[in-house]
Amino acid sequence: MLRIPDLGRDFMEWFSKNLPYLLAGVSVGGQYALIAIGYTMVYGILRLINFAHGDIFMIAGLIMIYASASMPMYVSIPLVLIATVILGFLIERVAYKPLRSAPRMSVMISAIGVSYLLQNLALYITGGLAQQYPAIPWISDTIQVFGASTKRVTVITPVLTIVLVIILVALIKYTKIGMAMRAAAKDFETSQLMGIKINSVISMTFIIGSFLAAVGSLLFFTNYTGVTPTVGAMPGLKAFVAAVFGGIGSIPGAVIGAFIIGICENIIKGMGWTTFSDAFTFALLIIVLIAKPTGLFGEKATDKV
Amino acid sequence: MSNILEVKDLNVSYGGIKAVKNISFQVPKGEVVTLIGANGAGKSSTLRSIVGLVKPASGSILLDGEEIAGKAPEQIVSKGITLVPEGRRVFADLTVLENLKIGAYMRKDSLEDDLNWCYDLFPRLKERHWQLAGTLSGGEQQMLAIARALMSRPEIIMMDEPSLGLAPIVVRGVFDIIREINRQGKTILLVEQNANMALHAANHGYVMETGRITLSGTGEELAANESVKAAYLGKQRKN
Repeated sequence: MLRIPDLGRDFMEWFSKNLPYLLAGVSVGGQYALIAIGYTMVYGILRLINFAHGDIFMIAGLIMIYASASMPMYVSIPLVLIATVILGFLIERVAYKPLRSAPRMSVMISAIGVSYLLQNLALYITGGLAQQYPAIPWISDTIQVFGASTKRVTVITPVLTIVLVIILVALIKYTKIGMAMRAAAKDFETSQLMGIKINSVISMTFIIGSFLAAVGSLLFFTNYTGVTPTVGAMPGLKAFVAAVFGGIGSIPGAVIGAFIIGICENIIKGMGWTTFSDAFTFALLIIVLIAKPTGLFGEKATDKV
Repeated sequence: MSNILEVKDLNVSYGGIKAVKNISFQVPKGEVVTLIGANGAGKSSTLRSIVGLVKPASGSILLDGEEIAGKAPEQIVSKGITLVPEGRRVFADLTVLENLKIGAYMRKDSLEDDLNWCYDLFPRLKERHWQLAGTLSGGEQQMLAIARALMSRPEIIMMDEPSLGLAPIVVRGVFDIIREINRQGKTILLVEQNANMALHAANHGYVMETGRITLSGTGEELAANESVKAAYLGKQRKN
């Protein structure tokens, strides 16, 4: 006898089996998105891949660990955000600004240098031991979602990410500084003629990027308990891939790219191929770039002249 | 009449190459002054150094008697001088209205009157205020670039080759606008390869050759000068 496949039930079965992975995927995707925005915004304005960005994310984790050891959460969390922002601002002023008229390759090397500096600094401070990340109350609590148990942060992450992205997009679209950022991203010189202070606009970009990376680190490390000096490398790289995947320079592109990568990666894990989940991410990137060299939402090859 | 802009012994070089060699000229308030000359004569370099995009190697640039040589562009443009850059350089991804607003970036007062003024001068921009600037035609983009410069309420407007790459009828429109803006009290320093149009619009002109000023006179004098005629008025096309 012929059995008519019950697609609805099959899907529900697949869905409930994979729900924890989907949830984790959306959550990790949100964390990648918060980091990816920093990459994509800095690239948009300076045409620079800020290799230190993943390490800024790691440092934000360390700041939290040391701050929360002696201070209550309601002090530690704002402190992490502020300190990370200051770090991002200082890195730009010290390592990138002096090279403003140097060839792009020199700035990139400076970025790689900062990346290693931050890692070595972290190694020096922690002695190389994984530091225990504190449990942030409320968001670390376990909750039930459609019968799957997970930490509350898993659900909060995508929501918070989307709220922050909407605020950011509105800022860029409707405020004066946002208009200046869009103008400077296209044409430094003419922006200067308008009286825009290019350096302030660039600083603003690093401030926003670092702030979002700090928020990302609060959410990320709540799920992964240890912070090591190189812990920023992988999420940083994935976020970078997400930014390229979505079309580097585009904020919505970076966010959508990050969610796609986060979800795919975790579904693969759900299929039992955890070992290959990272390789998959990069294979996906290669395929997308072959089909669409500028990424999903990338601008057509308009190099800055 | 007092000079709003006075350039004295200005030198500009890129690396080892001297683009501008010891030039001096004055722009009297309320007049149209033009710098004409062939490609590579140093005209654009002169404007760019006045507005601070390149630092002059030496020399003095006085704006209303105040030294501005070597200052940053945002400081210089805040003193009432602006440049309409060569090739228009409108912000293609911003709307026409945003381009106008960004022209007034440093101002904090209401833009209403100035927007209306620009829309009166360029009715086309009003019709298209919501469009992305990149979708405008070349002539419209030039109008937008001029309007954007006006939005900063400058005393003196420098224009770098506003007729470049435009159809003859559009060029005439651009020069009509230049005269109109001047009639409304703005001083204009105009750099052109289109010597014929520029000299007829200008009160005073300077001829630049290989970084030096070789001739100067009123617009009419220069237009009638035999060597200017031979060098610039015979062939209007660049390159």
